[in-house]
Amino acid sequence: MQGIITWGTYLPYRRLDKSSIAPFVGQGGGKGTRTVASFDEDPSTMAVEAARSALRGRNLAPQQLLFATVSPSYADKTNATVIHAALRLEDSVTALDLGASVRSAVGGLVMAARSSVTTLVTSADIRTGLAGSAEEANGGDAGAAFLLGDSTAGPVAAEILSVASATEEFIDRWRAPGNVRTKVWDEKFSEVTYTPLAKTAWKQALAEAKVSADDVAMIAVASPHARVASSVAAKLSVAKVVSDLVPTVGNTGAAHPGLLLASLLENSEPNQVVALVSLTDGADVIILRTTQHLPDARPALSLDEQANGGAQLAYGKFLSWRGMMSIEPPRRPEPQRVSATAAARSEKWKYGFIGSRDKTTGSVHLPPLRVSVDGQRTDDMEDAPMADVLGTIATFTIDRLAYSPSPPIVFAVVDFDGGGRLPVELCDIDIDEVKIGRRVRMTFRRLFTVDDIPNYFWKATLVRDN
Amino acid sequence: MASHGIKDRVAIVGMGCTNFVEHWDLGLDDLVIEASNQCYSSAGVAKNDVDAYWLGTAQGGMSGITLSRPLQLDNKPVTRVENFCATGSEALRQAAYAVASGAYDLAMAVGVEKTKDSGFQGLNAVPPPNDGTGRTLTAAAMFSMVAPAYAKKFGVDPDELREATAHVAWKNHYNGARNSRAQFRKEVSMDTIKKSPKVAGDLGVFDCAGVADGAAAAIICRAEDAHKYTDKPLYVKALSFVAGNGSGLTNPEYDYTTFPEIAACAIDAYAQAGVTDPSNQIALAEVHDCFTITELVLMEDLQFSPRGTAWKDVLDGRFDLHGQLPVNPDGGLKSFGHPVGASGLRMMFEAWLQLRGEAGDERQITTDRSLALTHNLGGYPGEMVSFISILGTELG
Repeated sequence: MQGIITWGTYLPYRRLDKSSIAPFVGQGGGKGTRTVASFDEDPSTMAVEAARSALRGRNLAPQQLLFATVSPSYADKTNATVIHAALRLEDSVTALDLGASVRSAVGGLVMAARSSVTTLVTSADIRTGLAGSAEEANGGDAGAAFLLGDSTAGPVAAEILSVASATEEFIDRWRAPGNVRTKVWDEKFSEVTYTPLAKTAWKQALAEAKVSADDVAMIAVASPHARVASSVAAKLSVAKVVSDLVPTVGNTGAAHPGLLLASLLENSEPNQVVALVSLTDGADVIILRTTQHLPDARPALSLDEQANGGAQLAYGKFLSWRGMMSIEPPRRPEPQRVSATAAARSEKWKYGFIGSRDKTTGSVHLPPLRVSVDGQRTDDMEDAPMADVLGTIATFTIDRLAYSPSPPIVFAVVDFDGGGRLPVELCDIDIDEVKIGRRVRMTFRRLFTVDDIPNYFWKATLVRDN
Repeated sequence: MASHGIKDRVAIVGMGCTNFVEHWDLGLDDLVIEASNQCYSSAGVAKNDVDAYWLGTAQGGMSGITLSRPLQLDNKPVTRVENFCATGSEALRQAAYAVASGAYDLAMAVGVEKTKDSGFQGLNAVPPPNDGTGRTLTAAAMFSMVAPAYAKKFGVDPDELREATAHVAWKNHYNGARNSRAQFRKEVSMDTIKKSPKVAGDLGVFDCAGVADGAAAAIICRAEDAHKYTDKPLYVKALSFVAGNGSGLTNPEYDYTTFPEIAACAIDAYAQAGVTDPSNQIALAEVHDCFTITELVLMEDLQFSPRGTAWKDVLDGRFDLHGQLPVNPDGGLKSFGHPVGASGLRMMFEAWLQLRGEAGDERQITTDRSLALTHNLGGYPGEMVSFISILGTELG
């Protein structure tokens, strides 16, 4: 039986204090915080980080990869192939983008649940909105990843008991592709429309799962409308509803059903029935029963730990990172676009962060070399996958002159455990935090974008005690 | 296999050097014409007497035509060379070898850079199309990692090291103020240097070399012919070049307190020239002070100071204009300015003036030594090229 084998979530490091919005804009904001993707993150990089969290240290082999976001970095070209490359998945793995709607994210889970293929379902979103809007204040940025398969693919932590949907065409939230502003109709219309759809799907899911509402220990209700989510949750007669995360993380759009499902699983005990209800352009319900493998499947970094971490970001930076406010760049030439052919040749290094290890001496080279450093042997190397290897800062500097989408650049010479050195940019860091000897881990980022080509590569970030 | 060098086989018999400034009114062509004409005149030769040319320019143009067209050379062989910031030195090196080989009687090396047409401060290399994974740091940032590592390794109080690096800037501005060709001709106080705004790490604006437009040139002939052109030739004693393999960037053993490429280059240069006690045999050194900490570390890599002690020698004034071993008496990159392709030849131009007693009253050094060293590097800590020449007024 198909089920969830493992999962991971990713919340970016920065938090916007919503109370900083109104003094700047004159309107908007509110209480609490929201997560903010860094200037060097996009939905693809956040999906990569969530998936790395799900797969790290586990010998699991997805057969297909699905990716959903409302704000993809590429149209026409597939974004999931970037994620596929960064995760170093086998070439035989199908990698597909789902459509650019919030529902496509829960759709990935629905499709994987109904299939017999081991599927890595990823979703991520960056929610912006116009300055001072409710969308800006109540949105959030995040990524989520789930590996679904049967017990031949790995120990199943939560079996899928049923999947049910109710679909209807109505216009409650919409925007044109490329537009940052999501427009909404009267929320009361949404509430009266969603409630019967939710009830229909819920009833059908319970029937298919052969359980009653009383058997369900906990539900999560994801909806872009907070009011709809709480109203529907109250009507489904389940005692426990997990937090919608909106006061701290924000509503993360396409990532939100995944985040709430992760929250469900991370707050469950083995052998409980739990349910995800997602309300976007219809209702989708997934009912699961957790197994004894649940505790082992929990990712090393929980959603709660991430939600409680992070550091504040000034509202002006938030606006500039999202392109809502242009700030003066350093007076340096902007970078060139990435060469497609050069990037294709270095796919393992650029996307997978795979260096080379000298078979004779064991020394690690970042980037990979073909000739040994003593110059004596050619192609006597093996792959050295370094993305999950921790490192230590040997020395560092702050570059106030170099081009960066968000200067200054914090840069360190990193020595990796077990060998290998790379001078590399640090991210998610304040200048006074960088110190010789601090531990770092690698994270997949979008360095800059030129000619509509996002330049993906890896940066180092501090290992923080949460 | 060995590095034999060409000691005393060729000589510099004429040189030219433009002012190094922001030449808003002069283009690359104007700069090479001015430096070349100075050089022909200095050697007392006509343009057509020169048999072959090497042009050093990092980004000023491609191919020998970048020189042959503005000078309107008459079917001469012209080779454009590039080797990072050591480009000008490389041009001279190739011209020297060509004459030493017997292929030509007279060869000329011209170095030029028109940096100020970009609209940006500093140097801005244009990399070839690439996969986007390379570093995008400024040179200042890469070199800024040296000072903290040096202070830590040798137990130098960071404030004392700061005093020493500021002294390097102070000295080079003092010297440059006495050089009519220099870009920055004002002395700068230690206080101003130390309080200058940070560019990268702890490097302030006054720790960084200026970037200028300029050109310089040299004419080379066989040593036995030198006195046909001048009574005071400079004989080439050593030409050494090392292109590092970049291992400092990837090898955890590299500690950012030395430039191994330069240390190796120095050993080779001294061997070629037969120099056994550099700090007591060299009259003056022109070194690549792209940043103040660079010059300080170079004093050790060039064997002028034992490891971990250059900061003391700097503070003692040993490398000042009238110190035991004047370093950058022309102001160095710091105040003379750094037109990339010209700088290596500019260093030799100062050796030419000083050893011939033509540097002018304000900065002429007094010495009974007859050797000058020029050192020119390109790249960054961990990944650099190094050039060293040793030039002398006497054969043998």
